[in-house]
Amino acid sequence: MAQQKEAWGSRVGLILAMAGNAVGLGNFLRFPVQAIQNGGGAFIIPYIVCFLLMGIPLLWVEWASGRFGGTRGHHSTPFILDSMDKRKFWKYIGVFGIFTNLAVAAYYCYLESWTLSWVWHTVTRSFAGQSQEEVAGFFGNYVGLNSVEPIIFWIICLVLNTWILSKGLSGGVEKVAKIGMPLLILFGVFLAVMAVSLNAGEHGAINGGSVGLNFLWTPDFSTIWSPKVWLAAAGQIFFTLSVGMGSIQCYASYVRKKDDIALNAMSAGWMNEFVEVVLGAAIIIPISVGYLGVDKVIEMTKSGGLGLGFRTLPFLFEQWGTVLAIICGVFWFGLLFFAGITSSLAMGTPWMGFMTDEFGWSRQKGAWSFGAIVLILGLPTVLFFNQGVFDEYDYWAGTVSLVVFALAEIILFAWVFGMKRGMQEINSGGDIQVPKIFGFVIKWITPILLLGVFLGALITPAGNDWAGALQNGWVLDNGSIIKQITNSGLKEQIAAAQTAGDQALVDTLTEKKLYINAARLLLLAVFSGVAYLVYIAYRKRIKEGRFI
Amino acid sequence: MSSIALTMMISTVSIVAVITGYFFWKVLKTPPREEPDSFSENDDEKR
Repeated sequence: MAQQKEAWGSRVGLILAMAGNAVGLGNFLRFPVQAIQNGGGAFIIPYIVCFLLMGIPLLWVEWASGRFGGTRGHHSTPFILDSMDKRKFWKYIGVFGIFTNLAVAAYYCYLESWTLSWVWHTVTRSFAGQSQEEVAGFFGNYVGLNSVEPIIFWIICLVLNTWILSKGLSGGVEKVAKIGMPLLILFGVFLAVMAVSLNAGEHGAINGGSVGLNFLWTPDFSTIWSPKVWLAAAGQIFFTLSVGMGSIQCYASYVRKKDDIALNAMSAGWMNEFVEVVLGAAIIIPISVGYLGVDKVIEMTKSGGLGLGFRTLPFLFEQWGTVLAIICGVFWFGLLFFAGITSSLAMGTPWMGFMTDEFGWSRQKGAWSFGAIVLILGLPTVLFFNQGVFDEYDYWAGTVSLVVFALAEIILFAWVFGMKRGMQEINSGGDIQVPKIFGFVIKWITPILLLGVFLGALITPAGNDWAGALQNGWVLDNGSIIKQITNSGLKEQIAAAQTAGDQALVDTLTEKKLYINAARLLLLAVFSGVAYLVYIAYRKRIKEGRFI
Repeated sequence: MSSIALTMMISTVSIVAVITGYFFWKVLKTPPREEPDSFSENDDEKR
């Protein structure tokens, strides 16, 4: 059925593409913030434990599932999962592996376009001479769409992604990974050296780089048994590796049965850890603490790392003089751009693989249709960013869906497909032998950890205070899935505004609720649409007599 | 930096860097498989 046979060009290219898929903006913006909010240096202990017991097993499971399906002619999760068990519902579970990529790409490409725009503004010296408030205000004006510039950069980013995807795996995705990943590491090393070698009193810095490192790495061992810290570590491992998306399975489906996946998965996974732990921890926090002090950074990171990365760092780079401000700005936002594009490209391949396998579409048609879907689906995130549409996509598609899908796929692999076959599949063609203990880990430990992550998100106690909830009764946090579904937080804000007699705020929040509900309906429509396509493909396979 | 922070940082960074380097080195040192393999760029290479 396929019009053009896809293949990887080289093994290093495959590993860099897989590592690029995993390495994203979160490696530089999310990880350090999670670390300082969850015990500093002590966070690394649950983090590494979760990487060994959940991250690595999931990587092997997804690589093995992908290659297993690929050798049977399937390059997207609906029919990869379908090929692993007789029961018909698995292909509908596999819909997550296409849906998630489309929905995440819809907002991720917008985020990616900011990095391109910030490179442009660094080079054209837009931030020169601006105060910290003015640089922060620039971000507010940007996402508030005070000009058409954000839309132009977003379209450029979308076209670039689509064009690269239309060149195929070896001609497009792999080439970008081979250029982007080494450059990302080079930029990261340069910025890390700059950050660590920062001296108090030089260029207006109030602290040396070591103060930020000390702040980040000083362990608070009292937090080590806190469920909040373990859930944060498990969540970080989960999201940093891009597991539960369906893109790893898609990439791995182009690997032949006799070729290695066990070592490749390790190499790509640890490369992501290197970028996150070694480089990600050494840039944003040391620089920010160097200029703003520990207390201000704690305050600023309460809402995540995005603010520091886009609102604050351009101002801080300006303190280093024109030349270094341009170099560091281009390197920082260039690094984020490469981290972003190597991930967003991976999000396009499951849709392309599915349409090529099932409907005989050409690679070009698959790529441009992906671009069109992302354009339509992404438009609300651009136009209604301040109304919370972007965050809504991120929550349901980029967070909840991943955990649900990963839980389903590990149950399929370990309990239905079976660990005996599973371990054979992981080790087939392997250049390393996966220790037998991982059979036990994949069957028991990883699903339990995943279930913990899911339940932790479903019933998060108020204030993330687990001990308090166990002792004093369970009150759900407004960030828990249950409370999110019912818009509890928003309803409370509306009620408070009504009580205060602030009608303008009531109107704004009511409008926000409307946009949030509309975004959910849109996501539901996309999921249903993909599920319907899977159903048509299934009927088509039966009609053509090409079912397994 | 405090000695405990320094110890945490150096030990973690060293472990992660060494393991990453080891696996990537192993990939580079492993000879390619007999054709046909998964990779198109080495199709004409002699084994």
